[in-house]
Amino acid sequence: MSGKRKLITFWRVIRNGAVNFIRNISLAIAAMAIMVVTLTIVLFSWIVNSTFTHTINQITGKIDISVYLNDNVNQAQTGKLLKEIKSLSNVASVQYLSKSQVLAQYEQQNASNKQLIEAVSETNNPLPATIIIKPINLNDLESIKNFLDQPKITGLESAPTSYSGQEKEAIDRITHATNVLREIGFIAVIVFAIVSVLIIFNTIQMAIFNRRDEIHIMRLLGAGTAYIRGPFIVESIIYGVLAALISILIINSAFQASSGTLQASSLGLLDINYANTFFTNHFLTLLTAQVGIGMVIGAVSSFIATRRYLKFKIR
Amino acid sequence: MILLDRVSKTYSKSGKPSLDRISLHVEPKEFVIVVGQSGAGKTTLMRLLTREEKQTSGKIIVGGIDYDKLKDKEIPILRRKIGVVFQDFKLLPDKNVFENIAFALEIVGVSNSEIRNTVPKVLDIVNLTGKESNMPLELSGGERQRVAIARAIVRQPKILIADEPTGNLDPKHAWDVIKILEKINRYGTTVLLTTHNQEIVNKLKRRVVTVKEGKIVSDRAHASYKI
Ligand SMILES: Nc1ncnc2c1ncn2[C@@H]1O[C@H](COP(=O)(O)OP(=O)(O)OP(=O)(O)O)[C@@H](O)[C@H]1O
Ligand SMILES: [Mg+2]
Repeated sequence: MSGKRKLITFWRVIRNGAVNFIRNISLAIAAMAIMVVTLTIVLFSWIVNSTFTHTINQITGKIDISVYLNDNVNQAQTGKLLKEIKSLSNVASVQYLSKSQVLAQYEQQNASNKQLIEAVSETNNPLPATIIIKPINLNDLESIKNFLDQPKITGLESAPTSYSGQEKEAIDRITHATNVLREIGFIAVIVFAIVSVLIIFNTIQMAIFNRRDEIHIMRLLGAGTAYIRGPFIVESIIYGVLAALISILIINSAFQASSGTLQASSLGLLDINYANTFFTNHFLTLLTAQVGIGMVIGAVSSFIATRRYLKFKIR
Repeated sequence: MILLDRVSKTYSKSGKPSLDRISLHVEPKEFVIVVGQSGAGKTTLMRLLTREEKQTSGKIIVGGIDYDKLKDKEIPILRRKIGVVFQDFKLLPDKNVFENIAFALEIVGVSNSEIRNTVPKVLDIVNLTGKESNMPLELSGGERQRVAIARAIVRQPKILIADEPTGNLDPKHAWDVIKILEKINRYGTTVLLTTHNQEIVNKLKRRVVTVKEGKIVSDRAHASYKI
C-alpha cells in the first residue's frame, strides 16, 4: 500500500474504533468502571506515598546526633574522628563546629537575651566544639551509636552524645503506616489491574463475537489483520483514556471537598495540604501517567483478546 | 489466469471428497460457466480460489500466485485481486447500499473522495442508482444480488467469481444480472460463473464446465447444457 493509503487506513482504524466504542457503550461502561477504580487506587496510592515520604523526610531532616568534644582534643584527633564517622555506612553528612563557631551560633540564637550572652565570651567560652551527624536511615542509629560508644571515642567527649530522638517515635509510626499502605496499595493495584484486564478482555471478546459476521465478510473482502484488529484496540484504549480522566476528576473533587469542609491541614498522619500541593504541582505528570497506564491496560488486554480471535481459520 | 492441477478437497477427514482431482485452465478474459447439481462442489471450488478453504491436495495457481507458497498474511492481497459474488450475498445488514459497496474500497485504503466518485459509477452499471441509502433488508432479492455484484466489481478485479448470482431470480432479472457479467467481461475481467439455470447456459453460448460429485465430467466451448 502507498503511504497515502496507509494514512487513510490508519485514520479509518481510529474512526472505526471510536464508532465501535459508541456502539458498544453498554459493554464499555462496565469495563471503564473497573478501570476507573483501578486508576483511582493507583493515583491515590501514589499521592499518599509521596506525602508520607515528604513527611518522613521533613522530620528526618531535623534529626541529628551531636558529639561534644572536650577542649583537649587536638586538630589531628578531630580530623581522624571526622574521617572515621564519614566512613560509617549510615551517615548522610558530618559537620564540624569549632568552639568559636558554636559560640557564634549560641549568640545568634540568644540575641534577645543579654544576660545569657554576657555570661559567655571568646576568652571565657564554656561551649564545646561539636560534631553534628545527620543519619541516612533513622531506623538504624545503632551502628552509629555503637561506633560512638567505643571508649576511645567517649574519651574525647566533654559530655554524653545527644540524640535528638524525641521525634523518633513519630517517624516510626509514619514509616510503619507508609510501609503498610505501600503494600496494600501495591496489592490493590495489581489485583484491580488484573481484574481490569480480564473485564476488558471479556468486553472485547464480546464485541468480536457481536461483529463476527462483519469480521468474516471483511476477511473475505481482503481486509488485513491490522485493519480488523486495530479498531478493537483503539476502542479499549479509549476506555483507558476516559477512565484515566475520570479518576483524575474524582481525586480532584475529593481534594476540593476535603479542603472546603474539613479545613484541616492534617488528617491524622496524612498531610492533606502537602498532598493537595503535590497533586497540583505534579498534575501534568500524574495525568500523563494515568492516561499512559490506562492506555497500556486497554491495549494489552485487547491485544490478547484479538490475537486469539482474529487469526485466519483456513482448513 | 487460473490453473488447477488435480485439486482435491475433503472437508472432514473421513468423509468423501467434495472435489476430486479437478484440473482446469482458464485464460485471461475468458468467461467460464461452471454447472452441476446441488452439492456437486461448485461453491467448494470457489472457496478454494479465494483461499477461504485450503485444498487437500493438488496445485492451484491464480494470477501467477502459487497457493502452496502463499503465507497467511498474503491472503488479503490475493483476495483484493479477486472479486466475489457470494451465493448468500454476504452483505452487511446494518450498512446501506452505498456503505456496503464503499466498504470494499475502505478496506484497501481508498480515499473518501475517490469512494464518492467510484461507487455511483458501479451503481449505474448494476442499475441501482437511487437506491444508495436503502438497507439490504429493504431490497428485493435481485436488487441485493446486484449490490453484491457492484461490491465485487468496484475494485476492478482481474478475476470475478460469481457463485449462483441468479439464484432465486425470475428469468428477466436473472438475465439482467448475466448481462452485467458480460459487460464486465467485455471490459477485460475473467469471469467464473456458477449456475443451475439451464436457460442461461444455453443462451450465453460460452465455455461450460460440468461438475458432478466433485469431478469434472465435461468441459466444452459454446456448449449447451441439460440437467
Ligand atoms: N464447510 C463444509 N463442511 C463439510 N462439508 C461441506 C462443507 N461445505 C460443503 N460441504 C459438502 O461438500 C459438497 C459440495 O458442496 P458445495 O457447497 O461445493 O456444493 P455446490 O455445488 O455449491 O451446491 P449448490 O448448488 O447447492 O450451491 C457437499 O456434499 C457439501 O455437503
Ligand atoms: Mg454452491
